[in-house]
Amino acid sequence: MFRNQYDTDVTTWSPTGRLFQVEYAMEAVKQGSAAIGLRSRSHVVLASVNKAQSELSSHQRKIFKVDDHIGVAIAGLTADGRVLSRYMRSESINHSFTYESPLPVGRLVVRLADKAQVCTQRSWKRPYGVGLLVGGLDESGAHLYYNCPSGNYFEYQAFAIGSRSQAAKTYLERRFESFNESSREDLIKDAILAIRETLQGETLKSSLCTVSVLGVDEPFHFLDQESIQKVIDTFEKVPEEEGDGGEGEAEDEAAPAEQGGAGDQDVAPMEI
Amino acid sequence: MTFTIPIDNGDSLKNAEADSQRTLYPYVTGTSIVAIKYKDGVLMASDMGGSYGSTLRYKNIERMKAIGKHSLLGASGEISDFQEILRYLDELVLNDNMWDDGNSLGPKEVHNYLTRVMYNRRNKFNPLWNTLVLGGVKNGESYLGMVSMIGVSFEDNHVATGFGNHLARPILRDEWHADLSFEDGVKLLEKCMRVLLYRDRSAINKLQIAKITEEGVTVSQPYSLKTFWEFKAFHNPTAGAEGSW
Repeated sequence: MFRNQYDTDVTTWSPTGRLFQVEYAMEAVKQGSAAIGLRSRSHVVLASVNKAQSELSSHQRKIFKVDDHIGVAIAGLTADGRVLSRYMRSESINHSFTYESPLPVGRLVVRLADKAQVCTQRSWKRPYGVGLLVGGLDESGAHLYYNCPSGNYFEYQAFAIGSRSQAAKTYLERRFESFNESSREDLIKDAILAIRETLQGETLKSSLCTVSVLGVDEPFHFLDQESIQKVIDTFEKVPEEEGDGGEGEAEDEAAPAEQGGAGDQDVAPMEI
Repeated sequence: MTFTIPIDNGDSLKNAEADSQRTLYPYVTGTSIVAIKYKDGVLMASDMGGSYGSTLRYKNIERMKAIGKHSLLGASGEISDFQEILRYLDELVLNDNMWDDGNSLGPKEVHNYLTRVMYNRRNKFNPLWNTLVLGGVKNGESYLGMVSMIGVSFEDNHVATGFGNHLARPILRDEWHADLSFEDGVKLLEKCMRVLLYRDRSAINKLQIAKITEEGVTVSQPYSLKTFWEFKAFHNPTAGAEGSW
């Protein structure tokens, strides 16, 4: 995708029927660090890679609770993601107030998509540069949706967005058929394993990822570092047994990889 | 009843028009509604009278209506306001159906929506002059609640409006129990309605009983209750005061 004369504003079509500004917004999603979602019949797990601006700073939050029964993971321009999360929380709480009952996630997702579409059809606006993985419950069970800057939304059994998400998608593609019947624990394990795929060789540690769960009898909440480390320990036993030498090397590799993010120096500071 | 913000410049002549835009008193009213939870859902009874002050002007008014798939609404008070509420709910149910996504409004949601509407109107000094009874069944759970014209809202196993509160609820407090059969529930409601018929001057002897279960809503055809007037004390009512009537 290179600069051309049709990409200056979002209300200009290209002769081949493309809206370049919208596509560029989708590129911003690809530059953010990975976020992953998977669902079974009764649970949804959202996980993300913790990326920090520098060694000195803390990592940015990429997963937000929208309500007890809805959570969202973002990738792309975090500021846009925060604003949309606030919108989602607002819609959810307004519905709860009027009807004393949780807003079905499918309806929230449509409102979000319509909001994004508006930005693709006004000359004085720009598309939201964030992709959202929305996980939630409604009467028919657990659902996972992906909301795109274009205003499209899709429902998924499992999905990954952000940088190096293709590695996670490949992992998920091999196993998604069994997710519907998965237990909660297996779902969490698969999420963490999918995160590991995006790390491309770095040792997986609980400090590198954030994992959240919600389910039919379980309100949205984050897993603490200990629980995540326990799951990691069930499959990362081999490298640890190699001893301190192996661990030290892994740590050195981890630091430059974290700063590089996508390994691309052109990653804008606002994109996490 | 449209709403306009009254202009307070102290001139009552100018304000008269603003006042006519909000509810001051009811005109055509329905009397009590009585409802109980029973084994399979909810039973609700109402008569078909619409009073114009002290005149029993209308005798074929249906004061109970089905809302969506899971709820039944009964209203006492101003009939035109009840019709307005039915229009609001019609729109609500329509929008809910248009989503076509497997989710549907249950009785709890409708009850809370109505509570919000009634309370907001009360805050604007332009109430919908009704006491509403909302019953329903969804996913096997029965629901029965009430909202008054000032927005007071609650749920219970048995509810009644207007005179029903004073005459029917004491009977229900004594004789209601969980898991009533359909026949027992109807008998209990008829007992309450009979007392209301004897003692409430705006009641008429033409009632309907509505039932809502997981399968849906059925409203019975109108029928009348057997009454007994041959009490000895009524034979010569003026015995103690000759010349009166």
